[in-house]
Amino acid sequence: MNSGILSKYRLEILFVAVVVVFVTVFLIQNVNIQAAAKPGQETWQGSDDMGSAAIEATGYHPWISPLWTPPSTEVESLLFSIQTGIGALVIGYFFGYYRGRRDRQNTP
Amino acid sequence: MHIMEGFLPWQWCIFWYLVSAPFIIYGVYLLNRRIRENRETLSLLAVSGAFIFLLSSLKMPSPVAGSCSHPTGTGLSTVLFGPITTCVLSLIVLVFQALFLAHGGITTLGANVFSMGIAGPLLGYAVYRLGRAVNLNPFANIFLVTAIADLFTYVVTAVELAAAFPATQGGFLVSFGTFFAIYAVTQVPLAILEGALIALVFKYIVQSRSDILVKLKVLTPVQVTKIMESFA
Repeated sequence: MNSGILSKYRLEILFVAVVVVFVTVFLIQNVNIQAAAKPGQETWQGSDDMGSAAIEATGYHPWISPLWTPPSTEVESLLFSIQTGIGALVIGYFFGYYRGRRDRQNTP
Repeated sequence: MHIMEGFLPWQWCIFWYLVSAPFIIYGVYLLNRRIRENRETLSLLAVSGAFIFLLSSLKMPSPVAGSCSHPTGTGLSTVLFGPITTCVLSLIVLVFQALFLAHGGITTLGANVFSMGIAGPLLGYAVYRLGRAVNLNPFANIFLVTAIADLFTYVVTAVELAAAFPATQGGFLVSFGTFFAIYAVTQVPLAILEGALIALVFKYIVQSRSDILVKLKVLTPVQVTKIMESFA
């Protein structure tokens, strides 16, 4: 039943295919970009920061700064990870709960 | 799509607060009513909110642009609960990021809620209704809704910035081109990836809680049976 498995998991296969294409293009692009980059030039910047830079290039200066800024990129990535973790925890909790509920209904 | 703290003139901050406020107020009202009347759907509401939390925290490289950006994650809740509820969930995430991560800002909150929580989900919802009207496959529909809600969020950010900072030569359109290139072009591959992910997640939701989806009128019982059989 090979075709049965393919059809059962067709969305998973599709998703993995999209990821593979995404990663492949990224890796190829990265080689090109690193080769073209001048030494010390930052690559793969955040679009939000590029947006801010484009605004400052017009001569505008922000009139207020954040109350609190993470003191380093390490601390910032920690906080972003916590945000990811909270999301994943909630998703995992409820999908686990759904799974347990389904199993319980299936056992007489 | 985050406009950073202080990066909008104060007049525009107030303007976007005023535009977003009615949606938020109505959204909070709807959310309260849902919590009182329809407790069963709350678990999926939490899951939808959690996807916004998770996906908007991922800064991903965008192969076409050579820069990084993040998905918005608003597609799932747009389909399940509609755009008005989605704007409240987005607000929670944006406040979290503004306060603890210095990503986005309190003064620019109105503008950021409008792009991520209101404009993107509203267009996504229109696409969703259209897809249903023409009997589009539910998974293809969710892929489209998610990708378009994500992409349009960034288009609207470009509009917001172009309106606040029109180029001295060429005005709004030239400026819009600049910001569109920074935000929207970067976003295309991420929107596709996000759409594919949420379509896959939707399969798991159908398989585990089709009863809630029927209750929310996202799927009819006949559609549920058909989907279950097609993945058997």
